[in-house]
Amino acid sequence: MGLKNKLHDLKVKYQGKKMAPAFNAIHTFLYAPNETTHSGSHIRGADDLKRTMNTVIMAMVPCLIFGMFNAGYQHNLALGEIAKSVGFLGETFWTMDNLVVGLWKVLPLVVVSYGVGLLIEFIFAVIKGHEVEEGYLVTGMLVPLIVPVDIPLWMLAVAVSFGVVIGKEVFGGTGMNILNPALTIRAFLFFAYPTWMSGDKVWVHGAVERAGTPDAISGETILGGLAQNKGVLGYDVMDMFYGIIPGSVGETSALLILLGGLFLVFTKIGSWRIMLSSVLGALVMGLIFNWVVDADVITESSKFYGLMSLPFWHHLLIGGFAFGTVFMATDPVTASQTNKGKWIYGFLIGFISIMIRVFNPAYPEGVMLAILLMNVFAPTIDHYVVQANVKKRLKRAKVKTA
Amino acid sequence: MGLLSKKDRKLILDPLADDNPITIQVLGICSALAITAQLKASIVMTISVIFVLGLGNVVISLIRNIIPSKIRIIVQLTVVAALVIIVDQVLKAFSYQLSKELGAFIGLIITNCIIMGRFEAFALGNGPWKSFLDGIGNALGYGVILIIVGFFRELLGSGTLLGYKVLGDPITKTGVYAFGYENNGFMLLAPMALIVVGIIIWVQRSRNKALIED
Repeated sequence: MGLKNKLHDLKVKYQGKKMAPAFNAIHTFLYAPNETTHSGSHIRGADDLKRTMNTVIMAMVPCLIFGMFNAGYQHNLALGEIAKSVGFLGETFWTMDNLVVGLWKVLPLVVVSYGVGLLIEFIFAVIKGHEVEEGYLVTGMLVPLIVPVDIPLWMLAVAVSFGVVIGKEVFGGTGMNILNPALTIRAFLFFAYPTWMSGDKVWVHGAVERAGTPDAISGETILGGLAQNKGVLGYDVMDMFYGIIPGSVGETSALLILLGGLFLVFTKIGSWRIMLSSVLGALVMGLIFNWVVDADVITESSKFYGLMSLPFWHHLLIGGFAFGTVFMATDPVTASQTNKGKWIYGFLIGFISIMIRVFNPAYPEGVMLAILLMNVFAPTIDHYVVQANVKKRLKRAKVKTA
Repeated sequence: MGLLSKKDRKLILDPLADDNPITIQVLGICSALAITAQLKASIVMTISVIFVLGLGNVVISLIRNIIPSKIRIIVQLTVVAALVIIVDQVLKAFSYQLSKELGAFIGLIITNCIIMGRFEAFALGNGPWKSFLDGIGNALGYGVILIIVGFFRELLGSGTLLGYKVLGDPITKTGVYAFGYENNGFMLLAPMALIVVGIIIWVQRSRNKALIED
């Protein structure tokens, strides 16, 4: 008797009992249920919620693996143990030493994120007596990718419980939430424990505990350097594109995010309208800032000079912009639903991201705040898009009858 | 409580739970968000509101038959303002530091919707004794929530209670801080107060399903 049948027996045994949703969730996660409809005109797409979630996770796996190598690489590089890697396939980057450090630091983040999040999902399913929802599968993978590598695990656990309960369950669970749960978790961490979420230490493993000692190492990100008018800290554009720079675990590599994004667009899971319009929005805002600098409105003495004078398209490569645009702005639950609405929603995310990034150096990661803000506005945008269409059609109807 | 009839007791006890001004009537939220970052401020605010609302209800109830209804709002405002100024002056005289910490919020008791709400809804139609009990009851109901919110926000946000470092010292790393615990800065921001009030409402309504409106 295989595992499948055992799980099925458990399911029958516990039918109608309180714990039933928990068993059913494991059963249907692993296998197709024993009872499926046989006759009648049932048309089924293969792209159900679980398939959708798995596709997104697949798109994120390269970022996760790269993030592990990068965590180790940045750590070893800062210690001066290895030379700077040149190019995407640099020989000091894809090494076992780097991977070991990365696994040691990143895997616990993944485990805590999934463990705590799924535990809460199961508890709520048992209390409410409905089936366990798959919504946390993607969130649980997003969370470790958007936090600094040295974040204490208990903080992550607190933030995950806050994000899942207040960000999602109080609204009614998967599909009902107003805000993206992964970003709610990150925003909670950011406002609750700012010393662990920003500054020039947390982005490289080991920088925090060495601070103030003779062995101190820097863990500054490019955005942090620019905000303090220190330039791009010696990284060139290709470093930014490949992602061989300090930052949150999985968001540094624009190249892999681009591949993941193309995969999502190709499988029709992610909306290309949102991605494209958000890139356009960021470019427009970047061009405006460049123009302001060219017109000599802002001089080098200004505290905004560093970020404003950055060539406009570099904004796409640094910070969490690319990751947020591809994996978070496109969240089908919290984004706009209408096609026209998606253009407006995406454009404003890009536009506001770069604006916050430049004007508020205290919040260098404007992408998070921009997406959360537009999440709140998405239903309003949809409402006006639908109303405009209704009006247009009414007008047409009148012309015909007249 | 042989002193109070069953009806009178209801006047005091109902606002504490099932007819709470903050969690059920959703009045007085603004001050609940603004001053609850510290437990001490919550307690002082509670005492001030008990004084203003208890006495104010009695005054309004005594003159309820001679207030022309067209100008009753302005009369009520005058009564609240007078009482609030007394509280403010007493605080300034006996606890200047605290008065500075609370700043404008004591003055803003005037705008607390609970007070005008009780004047309008109760004191204008009931005798002084009943109005007094109603005022005390509602102020206590308001205070209970303030103190619960203030307790959690100060404990989790600053690691202190009434200024005492109950969780240890974050700088010298004693107590729980020795294990890597850190204060939650989000607790000190107003949005978190709203979330804590929300959680209280959630707990209350899941315990008593009759309170859930459609």
